[in-house]
Order: sequence, then C-alpha cells, then structure tokens
Amino acid sequence: MTTIAEAIPRSTLADRVGTRARDWVPSVAVFALGIVAWQWLIPDVFGVQRFLLPRFSAVITAFWDERNALWGAGWFTFKEALGGFALGCGLALIVALLLSRWKHVGDALMPYAIAANAIPIIAFAPITNAWFGLLSPWSKIVISAVLCFFPVLVNALRGLTSVRPESIELMRSYAASERAVYLRLRIPNSLPFLFTALKVASVLAMIGAVVGDYFGGSTSALGVQIQSSVALGQFETAWAAILVASILGIAFYSAIAVAERFALSWHPSTRSRVE
Amino acid sequence: MTDVVVSIQKLSKVFGRGNLTALKDISFEVERGEFISLIGPSGCGKSTLLRIVGDIIEPSTGAVTVNGKPARRARLDRDYGIVFQSPVLYDWRTVTRNISLPLEMLGWDRGRRAKRVKEMLQLVELEGFENHHPWQLSGGMQQRVSLARAFSFSPALLLMDEPFGALDEMTRERLNMELLQIWSEIGSTVIFVTHSIQEAVFLSTRVAVMSARPGRIAGIVPVDLPQPRTAATREEPRFFELVTQVREQLHAAGADEVLEEAALQ
Repeated sequence: MTTIAEAIPRSTLADRVGTRARDWVPSVAVFALGIVAWQWLIPDVFGVQRFLLPRFSAVITAFWDERNALWGAGWFTFKEALGGFALGCGLALIVALLLSRWKHVGDALMPYAIAANAIPIIAFAPITNAWFGLLSPWSKIVISAVLCFFPVLVNALRGLTSVRPESIELMRSYAASERAVYLRLRIPNSLPFLFTALKVASVLAMIGAVVGDYFGGSTSALGVQIQSSVALGQFETAWAAILVASILGIAFYSAIAVAERFALSWHPSTRSRVE
Repeated sequence: MTDVVVSIQKLSKVFGRGNLTALKDISFEVERGEFISLIGPSGCGKSTLLRIVGDIIEPSTGAVTVNGKPARRARLDRDYGIVFQSPVLYDWRTVTRNISLPLEMLGWDRGRRAKRVKEMLQLVELEGFENHHPWQLSGGMQQRVSLARAFSFSPALLLMDEPFGALDEMTRERLNMELLQIWSEIGSTVIFVTHSIQEAVFLSTRVAVMSARPGRIAGIVPVDLPQPRTAATREEPRFFELVTQVREQLHAAGADEVLEEAALQ
C-alpha cells in the first residue's frame, strides 16, 4: 500500500491560454480575409451592387454616425429578448421541476412538449401582435418566451430525470428527503443539460424579438428600424442595425457561456481542452 | 447471549405477478463485528437480498430486523452504509465533498465534517486528492473514495454489492487488504456480495453460499483463518481447503457459472 496511481494533472492557466492562442490563429485569419473580401473583392471584382451588399467601410461609417439611434433601438429590442428569455426559461424550469416530481404527469405531457419543440413557433408572431397589441413590448416578449420555453423544458426535464438508479438508492439509504434529493442530486445533475438549453434559448430570444418587430412594433425597436431603413434605401443603416443585433446576440450567448463555465467548473468538458 | 445485528426471517421475494421467484425462504443472522459474504451465480438474487436488507426494495414475505428494529426504521435512523459495484460518486463534488455527503445529511457541522474527512482520507490513502473531482481519479481510487464515504459515519451495518467486481485483479487484492484494515479499525459489521470464491474466503468470517433461481441459502461456511489476514493468508493450505469447500457447496447448489469463472482464475 505504498503506491498511489497517478491522477490526471490539473491544467494551469498558462497551459490553457497558450492552447487557446494557438487555436485562435486560424479563425482570426479567416476573419481578416472575410473583411478584405467584403471591402474590396465583392464590390470591385464581382461588381456586387450597394443595395445588395454595401462596402464594409460604409456599414462601419453608418454604424458610427447612427450609433445613438441604433444602440437605443438595440437596447429596446434586447430588453424584449431578455424579458422573453427570463419569462420563458423561468416558466420552463418551474414546469420541469413539477413534471420531474410527478413522473406520470411528466410522461403524459412529454410527447407534446417534444412535438411543440419542433413547430416553427415564430409563425405565431403576427398572432401575438394581435393578442398583446402591435406597439406593446409584450407581444415580442411573449413570442420570445414561447420560443425559449420548450427547448429549456425538454432539456431541464431530461437533466432532472436522467439520474443513475444507484445515485437515488444511495440517497435513499441516507433517508434523504425529496428536497435533499433535488438539491444534492437532481438539480446539479441537470445543470449541463440546462446550460446547453439556455445557450440555445439566448439565440432564440433575440430571433423572437427581432422577427416580432418585423410584423410591426414601436419605431424605437431594432427590427422596425431595419425594415424602414431598407424601405428608404438606407442599406448601410440596415446593415449597421443588423451588426448591432449580432453584437447583442453574441454578447448574450457569451454571457450564458461564461456563467456555464463558472457553474460547471467541475465538469470534464470545461477542463478537458488540455488533454 | 450473542449480539445479533441482522436477523432475516423466512424472507421471499417474487417479482412481477408471481412468475419470477428471486428469493425463497431465506433465514440467517449476522452477529456484531461479523464480515459475511454472499456468494452465488449471477441471477441468484444476492444483490436483491442486499437491497432488501437495506430497505431499498421490499420483500414479498418475511422480515428483516437490524439492531432489533425493522429495516425501514434502521434506514430512517441511518444505520446503513452502502457501496455499489460502480463508485456512484457525484461528479460535481470534490473527493472531500463526496466523502462528507452522508455527514451533511446527518447534520454534522463543518468542523466535525472536515476532521472526519481528513481521517477517512488517511485511512484510504488519498491525502493530496482532496480537491480532485471523481473523473480525475482512476477506478480503484474512485472506489476508495466510495469506501471512505460509506465508512465515514460509522454506520451499524455496511452493505457492499460487488464493490471490487469491476476492478483488475491487482487493484482488487489491494483493496481487499484495505477494506479489512478499515473494517478492523472501525469495527463494523459487513454484508458483502461477490462472485469471487477467493475474495469471499479471504475477507469473511463466514461465507453464505446461495443457489440459483429461486435464490436460497445452500449452506454457510465458517472461515476460521486467523485475523488479521495478510498476503500470506492466500497461500495457506487452510485457505485452499476453504476455497474448495465453498466451491463444492456451490457445485452442490448447481452454480456452474461461478465455477467456470473460478476455473479461469
């Protein structure tokens, strides 16, 4: 009893950053090439017209000149997306907890949740406008919420219920209360599933809010501004607005991804990059 | 007067609508400080029997008492420590927090938990791995964490369901030694399920041989090898005699499957 098998070493921060930097070189190069092609290759060599795709520099100029209006609109729509995300994910979590607790109800409703997950919910956007009012942010919040609801419900429920039987038996042997089983076993077990769904939901929430705007809404909304810019022939502004939507969408997704790394710091997937 | 920890009376278990009798008419007693092994072919119901003793599943007829209490009462009183074939560690907890899980459930305060975890880590020789997560450890180390967790709160009865069945022979023999050391230090009572004859004889004070469907106790072999057992124990003539005795009992019980496995070893 003198030797102890060697454990997998923990990665140092330096290792991880070093690996990252090498990983990023190709993608940074692709980004630079993309910008060059957008600025010179597409308009000058292929002769693509301004109304199809304005030059990169023109989009950036519009992005700067219209920054106050664009970011104001972006923030307006982002709040709609955030509201829909919070509402949809919150409800999905509550329903998932209830359905995992009462398994028979869960089994009865699960096929419908999976089916609902597969319908193009965005098709309901004009309907929510009719229900909640064209100019009300609630019509967009609700469509975003419904978009977020089903993937989060399905994944959270899977995470809460896909617990190994022996783990439950272990808890039973400790005479654990139902509450303790949730807090110490089911909820931690569901977190990897949940964060996967939350990342998907963050993207869906932005899509819901912007597309909801396309069917009509306040003039201070980003989707409405994109539409009217195109109608007025201000293609640079429309592209700059799309850029704002993209930045907000990526920032939202990244925020969830960062939260995931913190919450799942124990998870093999967050450390296995080194091996 | 003997000090009986576990008393099993006329226990039977039928699964489904009476078409599968897993256990039939099982009666035996386990005394305090005993290490009793259940051995039998796969499907003889030894794991089922263990789970009934631990009140994880219920018997069809018959009763189990632990320390004079019904099995359910004993479970609610946290009299059981369980070790499964797989370590069943929680990936999101470090080694330290996996070992202290039952202590949290028992409401121990932080200081008392830390002290006990430290002792347990010493006992299973895992000092230095306090903050590792289970997936960073080898299979043998994971099972040692699982042993430490089971012994941490000194339960009245340890239930072990083929805990070393998935490990290689070298690791298994080493963990056999470790288990005996912990058992003698903590002085607990153990029911140990295995399908290895050598392991059963080496570890136990008694070996209960079970027959295949329906599972019955075919015979009980007392193991009179001296304590403490060492690596040399495995080479004593008496060890081989007892292995042969268990093998013959298994044979008489019609457990050819285990015998095939034993022949391979």
